[in-house]
Amino acid sequence: MSLKGKSAIVGIGEFRPSRYTEGATTLGMLAEVGLQAVDDAGLELRDIDGLVTEAFAESPMFAPATMVEYLGLDAKFAEVVDHGGATGAAMVLRAAMAISAGLCDRVLCVTAARREKRTTEGPRRSANTGWSGRRSDRTPYSEFEVPFGAIGANYGYAMIAQRYMYEYGVKPEQLAKIAVDQRYNACHNPNAVFYRQPITVEDVLNSPLVVDPLHMLEIVMPVAGAAAVVVTGARTAKKLKHDPVYVLGAGEHTTHRSITYAPNLTTSAIKVAADMAFDMAGVRRKDIDLASIYDCYTITVLVSLEDAGFAKKGQGGKFVESHNLRFDGDFPLNPHGGQLSFGQAGLAGGMSHVTEAARQLMGRAKGRQVRKPQFAFVNGNGGIMSEQVSLILGKDR
Amino acid sequence: MSAEASSYAKPLPEPSAVSLPFWEGLRQHKLVLQRSKNTGKFVYYPRLVSPYGPRDELVWTECSGRGSVYSFTVARRPTAPQWADDGPYVIAIVELDEGVHLTANIINCPPDSVRIGMQLNAVFVDVTNDTTLLQFEPAH
Repeated sequence: MSLKGKSAIVGIGEFRPSRYTEGATTLGMLAEVGLQAVDDAGLELRDIDGLVTEAFAESPMFAPATMVEYLGLDAKFAEVVDHGGATGAAMVLRAAMAISAGLCDRVLCVTAARREKRTTEGPRRSANTGWSGRRSDRTPYSEFEVPFGAIGANYGYAMIAQRYMYEYGVKPEQLAKIAVDQRYNACHNPNAVFYRQPITVEDVLNSPLVVDPLHMLEIVMPVAGAAAVVVTGARTAKKLKHDPVYVLGAGEHTTHRSITYAPNLTTSAIKVAADMAFDMAGVRRKDIDLASIYDCYTITVLVSLEDAGFAKKGQGGKFVESHNLRFDGDFPLNPHGGQLSFGQAGLAGGMSHVTEAARQLMGRAKGRQVRKPQFAFVNGNGGIMSEQVSLILGKDR
Repeated sequence: MSAEASSYAKPLPEPSAVSLPFWEGLRQHKLVLQRSKNTGKFVYYPRLVSPYGPRDELVWTECSGRGSVYSFTVARRPTAPQWADDGPYVIAIVELDEGVHLTANIINCPPDSVRIGMQLNAVFVDVTNDTTLLQFEPAH
């Protein structure tokens, strides 16, 4: 059953990313950003009959029930999504599914990340998280990756970049241009953490190598933040405040957890997800007016552009070099600055690709508005290119 | 190679009933992996069930310990606090001659000398009295 045109994004909530939160709870942030999105849609909480949330730290179990209770919701559909960076896009997919199945009609999708100074600074900063390896969780990851320092995400994306350079070649300058063009966009977005701080290709290449071949300015900076959208059935969407942003196509593909076991380092799971989404929408690549592509690293964007079908495999470097990726360029990419320059607020970082595409299609991206966009491609990426969710969003059904 | 148990501060694997033969093999400086009876393909990491289907069987088989660098990175900044004092180190995906990929460090060589395709041999590093890690070094 196709999801095409059956639901739409009608409201957006988003916090301005910050380096740290003091004393905030994730639950509180989720609730606050959720209310923002509901209000933005011109709805009341009592109108919401579906909820999609993340498994937030304070309530890794019973997360949807906790959220429902906290906001006093009456939910006919309440669930949690665990797709890492792809969670935001996956939430929209699930909301669209639930609406199209007739379970509910007005679904709130929420993500948030707090970040406290005392637990996140210094050499011991992630010592208590599952990623650190200090606390074994008896997963294959803990047993066969962690003992070698294969921890976090940097090393994995670095290995993708290294293999990509070996198989196809890409100039460091081409990868750097992705970060530079997105920074230009962030310079036009007052909410971006790197607002009014332009960078050059030289700046990127002169920033310290963190994990060969990736430089510091090719790697996202973790921040705190929150993002939410309200998705409703198409009929409801038409009666609300903003121009509906229709979900025209969606696709999902998961292939591995640890990068060691990825079927291929340089051709990712995006290909299947993106093909599904484009096929469902009946939209061609050349119809896309703006791409909102998960950008935890520059190499992520390069591989995504190829696997989503915008550039031929191995030609990503040339594509990036020959296109102006700024919001006012010929291939607008991540007009909000991307996570590289807007900030990566946990799962809300991934959701920022959804909120920005919706904002642009609604014509509400003041100061960085892409010229009259009709169709947007959104991609969410979780883990180390492990879980992919692609969406095609559009102004018309 | 050995190290005092007390001096080893990095995360250690916790073998399960399923993976124990693998870790026991490493302690004896042997690399034994599961092999699918139906397909002849090797499997890494050890599993309770075969990824090649319900009627398959996994058989422990000794491997050559030879492989090559499939991809790698030099971590110039520590990937976790426990590696903070190590200086640059190499994390790699190793392709064993038997076909499977695994993650290990490339040791006993300057990090900057590592290249994709470089031939490797297994090194069994006794990090504690109970635990031996499978690492790799360039083949000479």
